[in-house]
Amino acid sequence: MAVVLIVAEQQPDGNLRRATLHALSAGKQLADKSGAELHAVVLAKETSKLAEELKSSGPKVIHAASSGAFEHYLAEVFAPVIADLARSLGAEYVGAASTAMGKDLMPRVAARLKAAMASDVMSFQGSGSEIHFVRPMWAGNVIAEVKLTTPVKVFTARPTEFARSTGGGSAEVKAFEPKLTTSTPTQFIEFKEVKSARPQLTEAKVVVSGGRGTKGDFKEIEALADELGGAVGASRAVCDAGWVPNDLQVGQTGKVVAPQLYIAVGISGAIQHIAGMKGSKTIVAINNNPEAPIFQVADYGLVGDLFKVLPELRTAIHAAKR
Amino acid sequence: MKILVTAKRVEDPESKIKVKPDGSGIVQEGLKYKVNPFDAIAVEEGLRLVSKHQGEVVVVSIGGKEVQEQLRHALAMGAHRAIWVNHAAPLDQMGVAGLLQKIAEKEKPDLIIVGKQSIDDDQNQVGQYLAEWLGWAQATFASKVESFESEQEKNKVPALVVSPDGKRVRVVREVDGGLSVLDCQLPAVITTDLRLNDPRYATLPGIMKAKSKPLEEVTPASLGVDVTPRLQILKMSAPPARKAGIIVPDVATLVDKLKNEAKVL
Repeated sequence: MAVVLIVAEQQPDGNLRRATLHALSAGKQLADKSGAELHAVVLAKETSKLAEELKSSGPKVIHAASSGAFEHYLAEVFAPVIADLARSLGAEYVGAASTAMGKDLMPRVAARLKAAMASDVMSFQGSGSEIHFVRPMWAGNVIAEVKLTTPVKVFTARPTEFARSTGGGSAEVKAFEPKLTTSTPTQFIEFKEVKSARPQLTEAKVVVSGGRGTKGDFKEIEALADELGGAVGASRAVCDAGWVPNDLQVGQTGKVVAPQLYIAVGISGAIQHIAGMKGSKTIVAINNNPEAPIFQVADYGLVGDLFKVLPELRTAIHAAKR
Repeated sequence: MKILVTAKRVEDPESKIKVKPDGSGIVQEGLKYKVNPFDAIAVEEGLRLVSKHQGEVVVVSIGGKEVQEQLRHALAMGAHRAIWVNHAAPLDQMGVAGLLQKIAEKEKPDLIIVGKQSIDDDQNQVGQYLAEWLGWAQATFASKVESFESEQEKNKVPALVVSPDGKRVRVVREVDGGLSVLDCQLPAVITTDLRLNDPRYATLPGIMKAKSKPLEEVTPASLGVDVTPRLQILKMSAPPARKAGIIVPDVATLVDKLKNEAKVL
């Protein structure tokens, strides 16, 4: 039986990255459409806890390899192991979530397998051997349907486009001994975590983002995010100015988010920002310029001075929640 | 150091992209073209490294004769010479990586710096394919810790740190939840993220000088690369439009709508 192989991802803190569950749900859709079986692969220093968590998330088989070589992710170490496994399984599709790791790793896997690849896949069309991938181009201004003609096909799935896999079932866990690359030209030095008490941007139910209109003062943005139990985001302009850390950037070139509620504050709404948040369920825009393009994608727009509106809004939301 | 960089011709990121009614492509009329912004960052980083460590920056672009504009732009920024792969037909990421591989095998650069993605295809693949096929180290999404307001940026200090013996490079990468630091043996392939640097403009003297800099023409056939696309774009369409929203007069109305209409509070 044909196989769809999904690569699971471990976070630096040792936990399974939630985006993996979204990638598994993409893998399940693809397996159902193409008449294949869903498998997952997990590489880590110690895989048992991760494999346990993946067991009930949809895959039929989990291939797990534990080794000290996998303690810190490196494309040059992971890619050959995944490509070898894909070959031995005769996998037709190999995929992962389009996280930083997925984007770094999967093209290298594809290169080893001489496979073509579709990035940031949003859905699958067709059935059987005729599967097409639907993916964004030009910062989401164009949606393209593409076909890969190589025997093996590689993809990354955009986590916000696939519901988190609840899967069910209980996968069989198969431990395997990978052939490891003995020396790689790259060494891992360190991971500098950007710590935050707030939820992760890509996984939060509420995101409050600030733009140039904040003039770099994010106190009220943060207070509103905390009132809503949400994450803080930012436009590219404020990240470039060094007002907030780079990893808060929402946009095609930053993080793509799709929360229940997205509040854009003092953000004019450049095309590339909108591409990163237009999948949100409800969008609120607060801006003092009534002509700002952000109002064209907002469900609710409020024209006003953000420094007056935000404290008022926070108080009103606090009262409304009671 | 010899540094190979790319300068893909893409639509100006500020231009409005519209899909043709028959879905066969995008409307070309009225569009302006530029060097892919991520590639401009690659050119800039190459120039900074060479100004610190000596050497040359070689810029490559693939396409019809119009891509010579982008090559001349990179030369005007300061790149030393250009290679034009003359190929006007559609190309996928495997084709691009295959062509760059052959050029790299001939040129033997210490470092290849390419944009992490081009803003038309948004695939984010070429650097990684290339690193694998060359068997080289790879560091994607190169960034830096300092902001664009920092002294380092103002003084055009390269963010990529080459070891004193010239054998390794230290790269700070932008990843989920923080920054990852890698140390790569040279030669290596590095892909740029947005905040690696703020690329310089081409100056008038630079533009004048660029006209006499060498530009070599090659073709997929002369490089011996089969570039038949293995990714075919079947159809393009516009994304579904969001339905028009409303402007609310005050905070009280907004909270009422969020609570009772959108039900998100």
